[in-house]
Amino acid sequence: MTTFDVAAIRADFPILGRTVRDGRRLVYLDSGATSQKPFQVLDAERDFYEKHNAAVHRGAHQIAEEATDAYEAARANIAHFVGAQANDIVFTKNATEAINLVSYTFLNATLKSLRGKDLPKGAQRFVLAEGDEIVVTEMEHHANLVPWQELADKTGAVLRWIGLTDDGRLDYDSAKLIIGSRTKVVAFTHQSNLLGTVNHVAQLVELAKSVNAVTVLDACQSVPHMAVDVVDLGVDFMAWSGHKMLGPLGIGCLWGRAELLNAMPPFITGGSMIETVSMEKTTFAAPPARFEAGVPQAAQVVGLSAAVDYLNAIGMGNVAAHERHLTQLAITELAAIPGVRIIGPTDTSNRGSAVSFVVDGVHPHDVGQILDEQGIAVRVGHHCAWPVCRRYSVPATTRATFYIYNDDSEVHALASAVRDAQKFFGV
Amino acid sequence: MKLEHMYQDIILDHYKHPHGKGLAEDFNAEVHHVNPTCGDEITLRVTIDPDDHKKLIVSYDNQGCSISQASASILFDQLNGKTFAEGEAAVDHIVAMLQRAVEPDEDILGDGIALEGVAQYPARVKCALLSWMAWKDAAIQALGTENSTQNESN
Repeated sequence: MTTFDVAAIRADFPILGRTVRDGRRLVYLDSGATSQKPFQVLDAERDFYEKHNAAVHRGAHQIAEEATDAYEAARANIAHFVGAQANDIVFTKNATEAINLVSYTFLNATLKSLRGKDLPKGAQRFVLAEGDEIVVTEMEHHANLVPWQELADKTGAVLRWIGLTDDGRLDYDSAKLIIGSRTKVVAFTHQSNLLGTVNHVAQLVELAKSVNAVTVLDACQSVPHMAVDVVDLGVDFMAWSGHKMLGPLGIGCLWGRAELLNAMPPFITGGSMIETVSMEKTTFAAPPARFEAGVPQAAQVVGLSAAVDYLNAIGMGNVAAHERHLTQLAITELAAIPGVRIIGPTDTSNRGSAVSFVVDGVHPHDVGQILDEQGIAVRVGHHCAWPVCRRYSVPATTRATFYIYNDDSEVHALASAVRDAQKFFGV
Repeated sequence: MKLEHMYQDIILDHYKHPHGKGLAEDFNAEVHHVNPTCGDEITLRVTIDPDDHKKLIVSYDNQGCSISQASASILFDQLNGKTFAEGEAAVDHIVAMLQRAVEPDEDILGDGIALEGVAQYPARVKCALLSWMAWKDAAIQALGTENSTQNESN
């Protein structure tokens, strides 16, 4: 058992008090898609709008100063949460945009280089030549796959990927063969959103560093669920989303190594990201402002900072321990049902709380429908990770993901509803 | 219970014992439609009946949930050997039924009227329509190839 007070936590999440499908208690097991929000986050956003709303980094009036202070204080708090310096955190719309910011850095540097334009010092690392290689893994969700496919398509670079083992782990032996002298970037997930697998970041970083490749870590499923220190991880970039860690929708984060951020050409351009502008030419602001064109999402950032406070108060070690307990329970209960197969590791070492499974004879959509009828919200489909489904020869899966507000009774409800689905479909 | 309204026995029967599944070797048009949110897929071929050029022969292979599978099986029952006009009317009718814009007409949809309950679950409507949209796409392409062949021979 965990020492965690789930009941007290649940009381902070208003949505968990509602019912669905004719009065059923909501059993929310879809936090891997998006987490629910506590009062503290909702209040922080509302407080910003009620008292301090103004366009950040513009204007000299009092509430503009307050809004700017709130935004930058939140940046510092969020940076501290992942062991980073404030100025190395760039806010984006979501993690997808954060990853695109990096992939477009490669494209933009390559295009400027082809036209003989001067590049900032250090930007040569982002210039791709035909035949250079981009390495990803077969367990990426589309957000960390499609941007790299597109980059390869536009530059003539070659996309390669590290395969998976039958038990849902990364094939590190093949990684050694795939990461080589032509590798310019290695982009990989910290934790698979479908399999739950947590990857050995250090091993991949070591391989990438040995060939001077840039590393990009997709931390969407790790930062919300475990203590993450970006300096310890040793990667060059890390992207994650706010809404999966109790924060508001519409806010993502990119952390980048300072010397790389300094060397990067801009991605989205416009106001806020400039230093000087004339009709002929613009020079750009220093990071992070260079990558935050337009009026920033101050209320979302303030909300995310409140989410960080909320998680810090619980302690990320406790969050991880609670989820490990629920994950173990879910794997045990689901695996005990004849005809149910877990897709992903069945031991909880180096494993997060995404538990995907298939039920023989019942399509995941139909499993999801039966669960929904009982108030249980899970994700069904390919989870924006279609190649992973293909790798394990399943068209789709049903996926339960757990977070701080889930308890044992919800795992029991899940297992019981899966049995009901089998009965309903006569398998 | 709403769920039983969607998963009527007749739907589950089509799901477990689909009619006409399997692709014909000869065809005038083939389409591959997917439901990108869940991965349901269908490959559907339309062959113009050599004995009666107005009639369209349907064959398909698919994978997906009970609703998408049953719906394709029902489509085969209803549209195989029918004309484009008949098929298009059926497609229009099932779309309207799933938007709750018309009362289901068994003369047009046959067992397809049992899909009416899907309308209560907006996320599943696309599952039910996947094969019907594929048929319309393939039928238009098949007739297009025939017209272009005729034009060439003219």
